[in-house]
This record gives sequence, C-alpha cells and structure tokens, in this order.
Amino acid sequence: MIEVNNLVKKYGAHTALNNVSFKVNDGEILGFLGPNGAGKSTTMNIITGYLSATSGSVTVSGYDIFNDPLEVKRRIGFLPEQPPLYTDMTVKEYLNFIYEMKKVRLPREAHIKEICRLVKIDDVYKRLIKNLSKGYRQRVGIAQALVGNPEVLILDEPTVGLDPKQIIDIRTLIRHLGKTHTVILSSHILSEVQASCERVIVINRGEIIADDTPDNLAKNLSGDNSLTVRVMGPKDEIEQVISTIDGIMNFECLGMREGDSYEFKIETRPHMDIRRELSEKMMENSWSIILMKYNELSLEEIFLQLTDSRRPKIKQKKDTESNAAAVRAKAAQTVNSMLGNRGKLVDDPDEKKGRRGSKK
Amino acid sequence: MGAVYKKEMRSYFTSPLAYSVLGIFYFFCGMFFTLIFSYGYTTPTLMFNQMFIIVLFIIPILTMRLLSEDKRQKTDQLLLTAPTRLSGVVMGKFFAAVTVFAMAMIMFLITQAVTSFFATVDWILFISNALGMLLLAGALIAIGLFISSLTESQLVAAVVGFAVSLLLYMMDSLAASLNINIITKLVSWISFYERYSSFTQGTLSYADIIFFGSVAAFFLFLTVRVLDKKRWA
Repeated sequence: MIEVNNLVKKYGAHTALNNVSFKVNDGEILGFLGPNGAGKSTTMNIITGYLSATSGSVTVSGYDIFNDPLEVKRRIGFLPEQPPLYTDMTVKEYLNFIYEMKKVRLPREAHIKEICRLVKIDDVYKRLIKNLSKGYRQRVGIAQALVGNPEVLILDEPTVGLDPKQIIDIRTLIRHLGKTHTVILSSHILSEVQASCERVIVINRGEIIADDTPDNLAKNLSGDNSLTVRVMGPKDEIEQVISTIDGIMNFECLGMREGDSYEFKIETRPHMDIRRELSEKMMENSWSIILMKYNELSLEEIFLQLTDSRRPKIKQKKDTESNAAAVRAKAAQTVNSMLGNRGKLVDDPDEKKGRRGSKK
Repeated sequence: MGAVYKKEMRSYFTSPLAYSVLGIFYFFCGMFFTLIFSYGYTTPTLMFNQMFIIVLFIIPILTMRLLSEDKRQKTDQLLLTAPTRLSGVVMGKFFAAVTVFAMAMIMFLITQAVTSFFATVDWILFISNALGMLLLAGALIAIGLFISSLTESQLVAAVVGFAVSLLLYMMDSLAASLNINIITKLVSWISFYERYSSFTQGTLSYADIIFFGSVAAFFLFLTVRVLDKKRWA
C-alpha cells in the first residue's frame, strides 16, 4: 500500500507538483498518464526517495520515505526514466552488483537466472551493456528493478524505445508482475496505460486531473460521440442523407478514399447511437458502408479536454478521503463541461453545495 | 559499501584509468629513485619528498570520475534509491581509490629492496614515509571525491582538482613571500607539504596524523551531504 499525501515539490518559483494525493492498494497496477513535464517522474522520484518533497508525505507499507528511507527503499524496485546502467559491465556483473547493492537474501544464482528468464535477457547475459540495443538495455533496467523481488515496482516509462513486439512482451510481463506486486508505471501513451493498468491517474502541470479506470476514462472522455464512416456512393447525396439523421451535431467529409468511397466524420450528441439508423439509411440507397468506427481520442485531445483552462477548478481539500472526492468531482466537472452541460454524465458531488472558489 | 567498492575496483581496472595512473606513478618513482640513488643517497626521504608533487597531480585523475560519472549516466539514481546508506556508497568509492593508490605505492617497496643490496635500509623511516604518503593521499582523495560530487563532468572535476593541488603546492612559497606573520603561521598549520615532510623526516606526530585524517573525514562528510542534498532541498 502506497499513500501519497499532499505532495508539493517546488523548484524555486516553479511548482512541479501541487498538492498531489493518491493511494495505491496492494496488488494494484496504477498508470500515471501525463505529457512531458507533467510531474510523473518527479512524483516517482519522490516516492523512491531520490528527491525530497517541499511538503507532504509518502508512506509505503506504513513506512515514511523521509523517516525510514531504508525500509521503504527495500520494498521498492525502481526503473528510472533513463535506466541506471553501468555500461562497462556485462549484464551478469551488473545484476550481481545490484544484488549485492540491495543486500538481497534470496539464492543468488537462481534468483538472477529467474529474472533474466522473465524479462528475456538470458541470451545477452554475458555481453557488455554498452553493446546492447536500446530494447535490451531497457529490459536490463527492468531486471534491475526486479532484483530482490520488491513488493512495489515503480516503472518510469518502461516501454520507451522498444519495438512493438517487445512492447507487447513488456506489457504482458507487467500484467504478470501485477498479480504479485504493486505496480506504478508512467506513460504518455494512453493505449499503453489502457493495456496494462487497472487504474489511471492523469496528471498535468503537477496536478491530478483525473483518477479512474482506463475504460471509464476512455469512455467518458473519448469516443462515443464521434464516428468515422466510409461509404461507397455519391458524396453530395450521402451528405444529404446523413444530415437527416436525428442526433447528429455536425459532420464533415474527410475526402475520397479507396477511389470510390468517401469518409465522413460524424459527431453525435452524447450517448446517441446512430449506427443502426445510419446503416439502414445507407442501405436504402444501396450505398455500402465499408468502414464504421468510433473515434478514439488521442492523448493530446484528452489533455486538451481535461486541461481546458476555462473549466472551473475545485480547490483540493486537506485529507485524502475528501481529496479523492474532489478529484472525482474535478473529473466529473471536466467531463460535464466537455459535454457542454447538455445532460449530466457523471454526478458532481459538489454541485449541490455550490462551487467553491474557482482558480483562473 | 562492499558492492560499491568491488564495482569501483572493477571499473578502475576495466578502463585504462588505473593502468595509466599506476604507469605514471611507477615511471616517476623509478626516475626519482634512479637519480637520487645515482648520487649515492640511500635514504627514502628524498624520493618521498620528490613524489609529493606527483601525488598532488595524480590523485585528481584517480578521483575525477568517481561520482561525476554516476551523475552523468544517471546511475546515481540507482545508488540513491538502493536500500543502502549514502555513507557506505561514498566510503566504497573512497576506499577503492585508496586501494589503487596503495597499489601504486608498492613501487616503493621495490626501490627499498634494490637499496637493500647496497646499503642497510632504514625500515622505520621508510614506514613513516609510506604512512605519511598514504595519509596525504587519503586526504587528497577525499577532496577529489568531494569535487567529483559537485559536477557531472569528469573534466571539470579533474581541472578543479588540479587547481586545488596547485594551490596546495604553491601555498608555502606564497605565504613565505607575503611575509605577514599571522598568515605564515596559519599557512604552515594547514600546509600539506609541511605536514607531509615531517613524516618524510621520520617524525611521527599525532597532530599530523590527526590533521590528514580529519581533512579526509571532513571532505567525506561533505560528499555525503552533497549527495544527500537532493533529499532535503
């Protein structure tokens, strides 16, 4: 169990983290999502005891990182943004060094072999790290975090620089590790977090702006009111028919595709499913729909929506419990304001009490 | 501490660094010994006196990358988040450098072995000399380690280290030329050369031993503080 309370980190006048609080339960896989410079790495560095916080506290399994750093560090395996590798060592020497450094008690040979098998680096076991490719180095970095089998794994962008197959491998590995470990991983790729995490915290400019399951986040924020349709048929007539469908807010033609069909982007009102009506109408005119899908929002778009500066913010309360409520409320508000307050998607617990002072 | 010590020793000897330091040291040691010996002197004092400047300038090379390289390669993140005390990390690095230097000092044994064929060796005087040099080196290594902890660049660490060495070397003559009583007194108190030369004369005094010991301890302490600063500031 990791508890982060009211973490603030200031670099001079610049505030890197502003009152960040969250809890991670045992065995949970938490994803940290945010653009570069959002404060993901700073938060992770503070949890692992590499950096100090200006104020606030971090406890891991009941031990405070500032008062009992050794107890906390013993429980954490950390992969920093740049894997901390001694490139003039072989993988074998390096992992043995880590083993000694962490004062691990497990049977050395078997433990290191097991880790190498898990992250698939046995074939480079005796090679110098400086001669390894980026993907292998990253995996040696993950292996390093696993040495000593710590309860908590903190992985800062674990799949950066890997090829697609390796990314899938690492995601599988993380999910596998998540069964026995508490994992926090950071990423700026939404699908990455979606693939491996049970819970996502979105962080921007040092503040938590959403805390939810990836599915909810994706559902609430992206997608279900934006469709891409590709229809085989005459452009103008199709447009005319589409415009007659109820529930469409606006649409545009994205141009000709595959020679004889047109692609349209259709935006509907929230939670309006027009797919059936759309396909029936197209069928009536014997135009074929050759593609139809909901548009997933890219992370950039989600951020634009979540961090819209016109959106009123709620001041965070001091204690964690109401803090979590505030975060939920914040996310709810964001979603609602995004939907232009036409129909409430998420209940806003603070709505009844009236909004407390809004920043900006 | 053990893990870091072993790692540093490995890295000294898998790079050309330790070999060049040892090579340079052996070369000058051999040269001074041959010259002094050819004039018919068998006392180690002269040779150890000459080696003072070599020690001053070889130690920054030995210490320049100890911590700066960790900073540059971000491996300090590993050292600082591992469940070990920072003092252990610093001491591991310190003793690795001291060990390499002690290996360099083996050369003196050889010179004494050669001397023993032609004259009786004053082993007590030799041990006093060697002890003095080891203490001097310990203090300089601690200073070098401290400088290395302040920068990401080996080069900067080496240059600043050389500047400090140069200052230590010229301090006595500068103070003498100033001819102000209080400054001369102060400088002779902190002068590395004066402290060291009393060892080379065969005078073992607690004051000198404690002086070098506390300089080393002080700078090792500062180094730990520098590394620890991240956690507090």
